[in-house]
Amino acid sequence: MGLVRSPIYFRLIFRQLLTIGYFSLPVVAMTAFFSGAVLALQSYNGFSRFSAESAIATVVVLSMTRELGPVLAGLMVAGRVGASIAAEIGTMRVTEQIDALFTLSTDPIKYLVTPRVLAAVISMPCLVLIGDIIGVMGGYLVSVNKLGFNSVAYIKNTVQYLESMDVISGLVKAAVFGFIISVMSCYHGYYSDKGAKGVGAATTNAVVSSSILILISNYLLTQVFFS
Amino acid sequence: MTRDIPKQVRDDSLKLQTYKIMTNNIKIKVRNLHKAFGNHKVLDGIDLDVKKDSSLVILGGSGTGKSVLIKTMIGLITPDKGSVLFDDQETVNISGKERLKILENCGFLFQGGALFDSLNVMENITFFAQKLRSLNHKDQKELANQKLKSVGLSDRILNLYPAELSGGMQKRVSLARAICTDPKIIFFDEPTTGLDPIMANVINDLIIKIRDELGATTVTITHDMHSARLIAKEVSLIYNGKIQWSGTKDEMDNADNPYLHQFVNGLSTGPVEV
Repeated sequence: MGLVRSPIYFRLIFRQLLTIGYFSLPVVAMTAFFSGAVLALQSYNGFSRFSAESAIATVVVLSMTRELGPVLAGLMVAGRVGASIAAEIGTMRVTEQIDALFTLSTDPIKYLVTPRVLAAVISMPCLVLIGDIIGVMGGYLVSVNKLGFNSVAYIKNTVQYLESMDVISGLVKAAVFGFIISVMSCYHGYYSDKGAKGVGAATTNAVVSSSILILISNYLLTQVFFS
Repeated sequence: MTRDIPKQVRDDSLKLQTYKIMTNNIKIKVRNLHKAFGNHKVLDGIDLDVKKDSSLVILGGSGTGKSVLIKTMIGLITPDKGSVLFDDQETVNISGKERLKILENCGFLFQGGALFDSLNVMENITFFAQKLRSLNHKDQKELANQKLKSVGLSDRILNLYPAELSGGMQKRVSLARAICTDPKIIFFDEPTTGLDPIMANVINDLIIKIRDELGATTVTITHDMHSARLIAKEVSLIYNGKIQWSGTKDEMDNADNPYLHQFVNGLSTGPVEV
């Protein structure tokens, strides 16, 4: 609770929302688009053997919203933002900027960690929601333009079996992944060892630990939501 | 009236008064301070008094624990044992909130400047003032200008970022940041290290000027004897985790302490291992 007690640096939260959310949009969008497209292609290869091509739209939308959207966005943001947070805070540690914050009567946790954690938890679900839509669009474009599906039928199949829980579970996962990425990255940066080697190790540890925890928590959350 | 009081009682009362005056005159009191990293004892029972409005310079070679001492004094490092009192208020093992309150009256100049990379010069200088008083942009700029002038820099650099400044300028901006809210105690961590002799003298002169203008108590750690002679009113020498000698600047040259003698004269032989 201490993390969100006054003072809250709204300007810093806004800046982090831009860095973590807005500037991650292109990479998340690209990943989602091509994942949706590949999913459609692969599903077609497999399902056509059983004359189950009509299930492709459903497979694409459920895979994207439940699993691929949040997990791929989480991994991409862990690589892009997690590394950057750990390197930035690690450099601040090494160059005594964190000590300087303290001497200027400012709590480094509230100034550095809280804005990043809040911004990541807020922006990850937004990214995933956009990623879901773009991923489904990727599958749609491949299915309609390359595999010869009927556009209306594809859209109808997409929405027919989609339930609100599919989307909500993905967004909850995204928020959890945002929390994991920001906390792990801030932690490794904050406790970085001295020198370039220390900052390098902090960056690597931030990305690796975030990615592993994302995969583990994804399994646990899937079990909570769908079993 | 005085004649009626027994002599012994009068003497004790006088001693008590003298003791009270002496104690009241002490801004920072360090007692039996210990700090070890693993098996390496860095501070081994440090006792130190910093008098009000004084300028204490702590001398010591590289790796003798000067930085650890100054950082332990302000709470950046938690000691294993001992006591640090600011105006008779204990600062070891107090809550983070209480410590931040104490630090409101302190300024700190870091060895490398420690300016915030992501903020420009104006934002760096007014960082704490902005937090205290929520200044508008005009007041923020005015205050930053005023502080820049007091460290001899032009307002043309207000919008530059630390990476765009030279080492000497960074140090001066950092000094401007340290004095922005007119602190009562200022700590200087190796203020002249890494600077050319001219810039080092500029910084020394600024420290003296600022100290006199603000009437602040200053604690400086350095191994630069030239700087120490200019800045110090009082001097302490740290070696082997202990204060080996303390006295005034004038007493320094005539002291018969072998550690101080070797350090002041830069001798390669003596009790200090090289």
